[in-house]
Amino acid sequence: MSKNPEFVKFDKVDKSYDGKVLVVKDLQLDIAEGEFITMLGPSGSGKTTCLMMLAGFETPTHGEILLDGNIISNIPPHKRGIGMVFQNYALFPHMTVYENLAFPLRVRKVEKDEIDKKVDKALSMVSLSGFETRMPAQLSGGQQQRVAVARALVFDPAVVLMDEPLGALDKNLRESMQYEIKHIHESIGVTVVYVTHDQSEALTMSNRIAVFNDGKVQQLSDPAELYEKPVNSFVAEFIGENNTFNGEVVDIDKDKCKVKLNNSEIFANPISVKSKGEKTTVSLRPERALINPTNKMDNMFTGKIEEVIYHGDHTRVRLNLLGSSEFILKVPNSTSNLELKVGEDIDIGWNSIDARALDPK
Amino acid sequence: MSSENKILTTDGLPLEVSLKKAEKRNKIKAFLLVAPLLLFLLITYIFPIGEMFTRSIDDRMITNMLPKTFESMKKWDGKELPPEEVYRSFYEDYKILAEKKVHGKLGQRLNKEKNGFNSILKRLFRKVKSNQIDESKSIKEQIIKIHKHYRNVDYWRAIKRTAPPYTINKYLKGMDMYLDEDGNVAQVSEDRRIHRILWLRTLEIALFVTIFCFLMGYPIAHLLATLPMKYSNLLMICVLLPFWTSLLVRTASWMILLQQQGLVNDFFVMIGLVADDSRPEMMYNKVGTYVAMTQILLPFMVLPLYSVMKTISPSLMRAGKSLGGTPFVAFWKVYFPLTIPGIGAGCLLVFILAIGYYITPALVGGASGTLISNQIAFHMKQTLDWSFASAMGLMLLTGVLVIYWIYNKLVGVDNIKLG
Repeated sequence: MSKNPEFVKFDKVDKSYDGKVLVVKDLQLDIAEGEFITMLGPSGSGKTTCLMMLAGFETPTHGEILLDGNIISNIPPHKRGIGMVFQNYALFPHMTVYENLAFPLRVRKVEKDEIDKKVDKALSMVSLSGFETRMPAQLSGGQQQRVAVARALVFDPAVVLMDEPLGALDKNLRESMQYEIKHIHESIGVTVVYVTHDQSEALTMSNRIAVFNDGKVQQLSDPAELYEKPVNSFVAEFIGENNTFNGEVVDIDKDKCKVKLNNSEIFANPISVKSKGEKTTVSLRPERALINPTNKMDNMFTGKIEEVIYHGDHTRVRLNLLGSSEFILKVPNSTSNLELKVGEDIDIGWNSIDARALDPK
Repeated sequence: MSSENKILTTDGLPLEVSLKKAEKRNKIKAFLLVAPLLLFLLITYIFPIGEMFTRSIDDRMITNMLPKTFESMKKWDGKELPPEEVYRSFYEDYKILAEKKVHGKLGQRLNKEKNGFNSILKRLFRKVKSNQIDESKSIKEQIIKIHKHYRNVDYWRAIKRTAPPYTINKYLKGMDMYLDEDGNVAQVSEDRRIHRILWLRTLEIALFVTIFCFLMGYPIAHLLATLPMKYSNLLMICVLLPFWTSLLVRTASWMILLQQQGLVNDFFVMIGLVADDSRPEMMYNKVGTYVAMTQILLPFMVLPLYSVMKTISPSLMRAGKSLGGTPFVAFWKVYFPLTIPGIGAGCLLVFILAIGYYITPALVGGASGTLISNQIAFHMKQTLDWSFASAMGLMLLTGVLVIYWIYNKLVGVDNIKLG
């Protein structure tokens, strides 16, 4: 089966609610058939608005949305054939689980036997067989959530939208549901557009992630690339943890640049800086800096331990380094068991390739 | 659980006892808080209803007036004229009444039972007053001579019928029925059946007012629940504004609007809808009652509906649509069923208020727009037949309770949400 790489297409979409502020600016986004794409961003970044436009509850102020090559901007929600899982599940409280699942099939005039079969299949998919006659209020949060997922999938929609569906669940349940939804997606191959503000959820589940901020997609790439190679300082800040140095480029090469901080100089990987004299923010993941580096690294410094926080699987160490007391180190909890004491000096080193010189904050 | 493994608190008391002790203070506190209301309800509601009930069936006045007569009538089978003994005790009772000058009341009471009683009693009174009855001879023969009706067994039967201290006559009268001479329930002649028309009209008007309120209130409540705060507050004030105006003022303003030379008719004439010389009557008939009552009772429909709709998440309608339901299907299958508790509460409230409505129909209803409550007021104030007014009031109350009961069977009172 050849997959359509532009199954869902946002084409130069603008959206404004009040005629003064654009909440979505010139959005250009292609979603491939069968893909699990996540829209990730802080609240107010326009991600939910995009989802609502795709579902048909909001109209784009400008631009078109295409589904499988057809413009859908003027098609009402009930004719789009898009399944949706809502933040608060939106199960119909006066209907049983069976009736909830049968609703999309009944409005499509599916035969009774066929409905029974499909509801059965959908319920077993979310491992809730036997719950047909329960009312939503009799289910736990996680079970309600699964019913909502089953209901959005039962009528075989081409695209399923999920609007922070796990937001109301506790941490453990949320994690197991993440895997469950991922597995359902893998087994039936439906296109999923998922909205969340939880970065670990996005990293766990998605094929690709679109990071939203200020109404714009800041970066669209797969989870690994997003984490390893953020293209700007917002993404670097938003995804995972990050040590930053603000400075000025004093020397630049093809794959290396020298950045002058207040009273020292570091080597970094030039990503968005082009020439000497530019301001930049250098971003470095905490786990990329090593203690007592044995092999030759091009950034080697000594810092003073300010704070040691035990996290179980790892220990976080806050250092006073290069004039900043907010430098974080992650030390894995291994058998080597480093003695870390507050007030001691330690040697730190990292490769310039891991220190990404991005746009200034 | 056996008594051995009863859970004990640390000081050795059984847990249940300890719990009761701990909760006792709270219970007393709670009771004291509701006590004033309870007392108030008891004095102003339960007690008057009991009083109304006794008044509506009370027939002891005549029982006290003719004690000996009723005593002697016990042995009489009512087939032929009563024996001498009955006539004598009736005479003795009557003599006492005549001396106390309360014989007129007896005449009125018995005249209600059988027409013509008052006048034959007056003849008896003249004889008694002038001491023309010789107590040493047969009283029966002397009384019979006073008027031929005293020879008619029907009149004596009428007296016997009034013997029980309680009567349901008032209730039968409220339904245009009466007890005939054989003690059977009978209908009054067709041209005198006024109450039944009133009951039916009351039900009809209450029903239609409820329907009109629902049809108008539902969209308003929906708007109120879905509009942004600044608009919905304004709308809420518009809905509540009538509450802040006197009921009388509101009804009077409807009179200004609806009368034949009123604003609405003027407007109709102005836009050429009706000719100036054929202005429709919109007041002093049912139209006036419908219009004014619907407007006045509308908030009672809107508020419970609003409070229920406010709790319905907008994402439910969205879910309905995204799952493929047309806006109508989503509304009908998802939104509407969820508003039923509010509809139930609103309709019940409006219907019960409408069924006993008084001022508005009295002022704008005219002859064809008055309700049963106006009839009750009429008997309270004009005819002073309080027992009849009480009987009709209780019939109204019973009707409301029956409706409530039916409603409970159909929808379930637990489903009502007033706010």
